[in-house]
Amino acid sequence: MTASRLTLWLLFAPFLAWVLLLVVIPHIDLLILSLREKVAPRVYETGFRNYADFITSSVYPWTLFRTVAFSLVTTAVTFVIGFPVAFYIAKVARGRRRAALFLLCLLPFWVSEIVRVFGWMMILRETGLLSGFLQWAHVTSGPVEFLYNDAAIMIGLVYTSMLFMIVPLISTIDGLDDALIEAGYDLGGNGVTVMTRIVIPYAMPGIMAGSIVVFMLSLGNYLTPTLLGGKNGQWFTAQIYNQFITRFNWELGSAFGFILLITSTLVVWLLLRLSGQSLSNTLGR
Amino acid sequence: MPDFDLDCRNLVKRFGTFTAVDDVSFSIPRGAFFSILGPSGCGKTTLLRMLAGFAAPDQGDILIKGASVLRVPPNKRPVNLVFQHLALFPMMSVTENIAYGLKRRGQRRAEITRAVGEVLERVGLPDAGPKRIDQLSGGQKQRIAIARAMVLDPAVLLLDEPLGALDLKLREHMKIELKQLQAEFGTTFVYITHDQSEALVMSDTVAVMNAGRFEQVGTPEELYYRPATAFVAGFVGDANRLQGRVKAVGDGRTAVTTESGLELIAGPPSGPVRTGTAVELFLRPEAIACGGAPDGAGNRLKARVEDVLFNGAQSRILARLPSGDSIEALLPQTGAAASLKRGAPVTLGVAPEALVLFPK
Amino acid sequence: MKLTLKLTAAASALALIAGAAQAETLRLLTWGGYAPDAVIDAFEAETGIEVEVTLSNNEDMISKLRATGGAGFDLAQPSQDRILGPQMEFGIYKPLDQSKLDKALWVGDLYDASIKSTTVDGQAYGVAHIWGSSGFAMDRSRGEGIKTWVDLCKPEYAGRISMRLKRTALLGMSFGLGDDPFAAYDDPVKYEELMKKAAAKLAECKPNVKAYWSGSDDLLAMMRSGEVIAAEAWDATGFKLYGEDTKFNFVAPETGALGWIDTFALPAKGEADDAAYAWINFVMRPEIAAQIIEASGAFSASKGSDELVSPVMKAAYQEAFTPDVIANIKWFPPVPAGLEDIEGRLLDEVAAK
Repeated sequence: MTASRLTLWLLFAPFLAWVLLLVVIPHIDLLILSLREKVAPRVYETGFRNYADFITSSVYPWTLFRTVAFSLVTTAVTFVIGFPVAFYIAKVARGRRRAALFLLCLLPFWVSEIVRVFGWMMILRETGLLSGFLQWAHVTSGPVEFLYNDAAIMIGLVYTSMLFMIVPLISTIDGLDDALIEAGYDLGGNGVTVMTRIVIPYAMPGIMAGSIVVFMLSLGNYLTPTLLGGKNGQWFTAQIYNQFITRFNWELGSAFGFILLITSTLVVWLLLRLSGQSLSNTLGR
Repeated sequence: MPDFDLDCRNLVKRFGTFTAVDDVSFSIPRGAFFSILGPSGCGKTTLLRMLAGFAAPDQGDILIKGASVLRVPPNKRPVNLVFQHLALFPMMSVTENIAYGLKRRGQRRAEITRAVGEVLERVGLPDAGPKRIDQLSGGQKQRIAIARAMVLDPAVLLLDEPLGALDLKLREHMKIELKQLQAEFGTTFVYITHDQSEALVMSDTVAVMNAGRFEQVGTPEELYYRPATAFVAGFVGDANRLQGRVKAVGDGRTAVTTESGLELIAGPPSGPVRTGTAVELFLRPEAIACGGAPDGAGNRLKARVEDVLFNGAQSRILARLPSGDSIEALLPQTGAAASLKRGAPVTLGVAPEALVLFPK
Repeated sequence: MKLTLKLTAAASALALIAGAAQAETLRLLTWGGYAPDAVIDAFEAETGIEVEVTLSNNEDMISKLRATGGAGFDLAQPSQDRILGPQMEFGIYKPLDQSKLDKALWVGDLYDASIKSTTVDGQAYGVAHIWGSSGFAMDRSRGEGIKTWVDLCKPEYAGRISMRLKRTALLGMSFGLGDDPFAAYDDPVKYEELMKKAAAKLAECKPNVKAYWSGSDDLLAMMRSGEVIAAEAWDATGFKLYGEDTKFNFVAPETGALGWIDTFALPAKGEADDAAYAWINFVMRPEIAAQIIEASGAFSASKGSDELVSPVMKAAYQEAFTPDVIANIKWFPPVPAGLEDIEGRLLDEVAAK
């Protein structure tokens, strides 16, 4: 009894240490830092001024809002594109084709994020492939800039996130008995109602799992918005990076970090609430 | 014109070079319980899917209440299907499951509520409405699946081996319940199964299907006592099976010599035979009189009890004939059974009519 | 059994320590091009000291050293203007021992200027290594109209300029508007006023900006493809482009290029000071310094090193830096603590507009 207890503890020890050292302690540290007000060089007081600075700023709350809104739109677009693909892979494709399609989704992850982003820059830039093709096809008379705007950010984020939407979707849709779909038709449903009343509700845990992961990935992404985004395309993580690295203002940066943590938790909670799912039956499966 | 709910004419379905359903025709009168019985792979599921509209026949026609439904998609056909694993929607409550079809028809909310309540009442689960599917027992799920289909008032209800997943006891119970439900709704049921006892117990008419064709269509009694083909004789009910050749054909009697050299007098042949024709003989265990001698022209076979297979009222003995053949016979429910111990001698009496004979 | 295990463990631990002591390492925190492989190999061959290079930039260096309180590296190379403030605020460097430097290797003026501008409480913290300036990297065939910072905002260059949204752009724009922000370094109120004015101009100029560049690869791609005509950039970027096509070069604004000097500074908890001094004296040798100039595209404070660079580099330099231009360079004075907060806020506002 005690021996097996000990074994259990020993098995869990690396995990607990990992959680404690890399998750709990840094967050406590961050919280303390965020409550430190810089008065003069090497002189600090405790207080909420960093949070007040955030709220009263004309720039930061807007950036946060933009980042959250964009991440939500990215999630929605990823879902709209990913769902049919996942459905096709899970229910229609068979054997080697299924494996090939799955591999195709995985392919972008064989290179690092920065290479993927540079790839998109080559395609979208004014002197890039897309602009060149449009001129060649006489769709436009002059070069067109597709890079450095919000749509470019969106393309990059959706591209990066797609796999994380498709994988949980495939695994839930895979578990959907074909008989349920047939029953949906047999009882009088058409393509649309079978999709909205049966397939989507059934896949909801997978949809939410994918959405949460994609939302968090987009919200926390730094490289893609920074490189593909326009001169107006501020991303909140870039602001945090700025505060920490270029401003040496760790105090405000920590406050930003906490605000992002709270916001993302709130959004995820809200999404789960609206979809009637719980964290345990989506990500916990 | 007779009042048929379902009328199938010369249905053919091929998958590549394989013919799954081969020129099948049948019609089912209104309110009948019609079963299609056959081993797995005989084409019965394909037939059912054609009726439901999930597969299109290569040839032939399907008429429901006199009108062809070949061009009617499954969601518009006046038939509903109870799936093999029921296919209840796990993310919906019982009420939502039943209301699903009514909503698709665009019925008013009040009407739906009334109809759902009514059908739940009829299947004997008036309080199950708010439950989740995983809170139901196997038998309750069964009834909800039927209620979900029946609430739409289909002309024909198709059932695809819905009892297959239940345990034995519940299956026996559900057989009777299903029969009662059918009688109560008065709807035509087309029931697919590979389990002969399900088919025999519940059906008004049974079609025995083999290799894409209907071997025989008839009442359970007809199938059991007057099988039309060797396949039906072997598939419906248990039977001892013997191979032989016709020795002589006479007035309502046929003399046969089995391959093991046994001389038997059988009933009239089901098919053209003459002296020398190779035949197959079927003999039901309950048609054998153990120890007692049948009167007159019967066969009397001396044998030795090799084993006693006890199974309550269904107990049997395994008897070995001097010719080497082994015969299963029903153990009589009388005192005579006491003497039938392993190794004891026994005389088996077989009436000629009990020996059913088919040319090979 | 247990005893043997312990003994083995102890022995291997000893061996590890001995190994570490034998091969001395210098952990260098520096900029790209400041420690080319050839130079490292030559240094190792001569001294036996291994060099571990971590590439960085000013802000990153300060952040890294701040995070550890000045540990993890033995030698850093921040710009001279970025030593004073962080040192006062975070205390991440230790004073230089000038007696260990071979002063004769330096251009005297640069040596003295760097010592002077990095002195806190009578102690010097940095000595000059590489110097360069910020101005315009330009396609000279298309950018004749750009003479000063505010010219970047001319309508004919709409969508054809770039800059890095950092303090250099803000300060440059302030000079372009006719102000002298360096003179206001000691007057935070005045400084904030000037910076607000410059930030407003930057915001107004935004439609002209194709994209704010963040890494020099990014900028080079935009310049080579012709998407951008002129950009706020380091002279090294201009020289690099000149090497590819002489229509490009670095062009100093009429208000003066903004000059910076990258120094050597010892992190507070550095563990190999002697190796650090050895490295400093090694790379200041003219022939070594010339290699670094080629690799980095910027100039060295090493006396006589400019005579040894390649003809292309020399030509680019001579075209860009006429005597007048050199005389007009505005050297970044040390940044007092606190100014960067003002700049940061304004830059964030520009970015969000």
